[in-house]
Amino acid sequence: MTGSGGIWRDFARRLLRNRLAAAGGLVILFFFLVAAFPALFTSRNPDRIDVSVILQPPSAAHPLGTDDLGRDVLARVVYGARVSMKVGFVAVGIATAIGLVIGLLSGFYGGRVDAVLMRFVDIMLCFPTFFLILSVIAFLSPSIVNIMAVIGLTGWMGVARLVRAETLSLKERDFVAAARAQGAGTARIVFRHILPNALAPVLVSATLGVAGAILTESALSFLGIGVQPPTPSWGNILTIGKNYIEFAWWLSLFPGLAILFTVLGYNLLGEGIRDAADPRLSGR
Amino acid sequence: MSGGIRRPDAGGTLLALSNVYKAFPARKSFFSAEVVSVRAVDGVSIDVPRGKTLGLVGESGCGKTTLGRIAIRLLAPDAGTIRFEGLDITHLSGEALRLTRRRMQIIFQDPYSSLNPRMRVRDIVGEGWHVHGIARGKELRERAERLLVRVGLTAEAGGKYAHEFSGGQRQRIGIARAIALSPKLVVADEPVSALDVSVQAQILNLLKDLQEEYGMAYLFVSHDLRVIRHMSDQVAVMYLGKIMEHGPSAELFREPLHPYTRSLLSAVPMLGNAPQERIVLSGEIPSPTAPPPGCRFHTRCFMAQPVCAEVCPLLREAAPGRFASCHFVG
Repeated sequence: MTGSGGIWRDFARRLLRNRLAAAGGLVILFFFLVAAFPALFTSRNPDRIDVSVILQPPSAAHPLGTDDLGRDVLARVVYGARVSMKVGFVAVGIATAIGLVIGLLSGFYGGRVDAVLMRFVDIMLCFPTFFLILSVIAFLSPSIVNIMAVIGLTGWMGVARLVRAETLSLKERDFVAAARAQGAGTARIVFRHILPNALAPVLVSATLGVAGAILTESALSFLGIGVQPPTPSWGNILTIGKNYIEFAWWLSLFPGLAILFTVLGYNLLGEGIRDAADPRLSGR
Repeated sequence: MSGGIRRPDAGGTLLALSNVYKAFPARKSFFSAEVVSVRAVDGVSIDVPRGKTLGLVGESGCGKTTLGRIAIRLLAPDAGTIRFEGLDITHLSGEALRLTRRRMQIIFQDPYSSLNPRMRVRDIVGEGWHVHGIARGKELRERAERLLVRVGLTAEAGGKYAHEFSGGQRQRIGIARAIALSPKLVVADEPVSALDVSVQAQILNLLKDLQEEYGMAYLFVSHDLRVIRHMSDQVAVMYLGKIMEHGPSAELFREPLHPYTRSLLSAVPMLGNAPQERIVLSGEIPSPTAPPPGCRFHTRCFMAQPVCAEVCPLLREAAPGRFASCHFVG
């Protein structure tokens, strides 16, 4: 019946006025383009081995140098962006979906449902996430699908708590009572009245979560249990880089910068969204 | 005031609450595990006549809002019965409750939290039509626009969001939503106390016009005696979860029976008919977690006698059609 209008338009305007957030958004947009159209940024094949140009420093032919098998680092960083962007999005998508469902159920029904679900959240939070991921990946094969799934399945607790808290406060608001008085059923109250009003903080946490997921994937790939070579990922380029860091700095620097800028971009954007959605400014 | 306006009068009682109780559990303090119960509504019986207005007046915290919500089953009472159009709706649930709710609506005090900030005004106003399959899409839009014009807004308002309106305009939206389903009963929960005085009068007059047009009954909850007098045919005075006095508005304001009503009226300078000397109450309202024994009001009453601290007076007919719960009235 309705799309998103007025409030979201104000929100977008405030967001764009925030220079840091806009810069973060631009950086992310840039890496999106890199991931979506890698051919625009490099003409080389990231997997092409050329033993005649091993560990070459940056040059006109290889702007970011070459690695120990003579592969073009620019091409590998460009194609590695796909892995990072995909992992970031899918993992956070999974985490957000689970968190939304659990948080809504917990907050809306309260009582025993809430107690059981929140104790489950507490249990999940007790695991040192990174080691949980390490052990799960050790059992399963270290594929990109598994990594996305595991990061997503271990990252939903924060969203669940957030959504629960929002739901608890929203369900006491008069407009929910009004909807009930109008004869609206539970589904309509949850999806039309509570969920749309709980989304702003979820968006913030999801944006920040993407940065976290990208870092986790890079770390896993760096440790060799993430994305497997020859598929390039920023993490596994770094792994090779650490062996030659004394004389082939370009092999570590450029994927490192790519990670740095992407994560920074998401964090700046996330914080910008948080400020733009601040209820004290939006006067809701 | 109320005598001059002719209202469609089908006669009889629309809503009858009898012996309604409601208590809320509350923690004694933030760090305490001890749970006490707040007796918000403590054995109340009131009738709302068809097409008329029952004004429910009392200080904040006396349970009048809770009673209003119980009346339309937004809250379930702990004990007592609610009869609406002769039907016991106390334990109604599911589809039957949903259908009954079409006939009873509510207007909220806070025009900010009562409208969903993520919905267009026409969808807020037409939610009941959508839910009950009465009108959707283009038809809902047109009907919503007509209704918005009726409550004093423009048709264009339908496409906007609630935050684009002022408090008074938002209250008009809330009123449009309440009357969209042509209810028989509307609970108006302090509908003007969040508004500027100049806007209050407009909203009150709108409510009166709509009552005449649609033949609705109002359960009008307010702490403002002037508003109550302007709006009500019958008045019930509430204190600490109990009804102190109940009777026709004109007579109650001319000659209040209960000492609590008398002290309330004496505190409002503009009510010329009130007793000349001011009756100043001492002390605060006792906590509803530990209401005083006997008469609820005896701790602050200027007429209190030893018996008041022991025996809780019942609501008795002190004069024809007039009820008061005081040992020394009637």
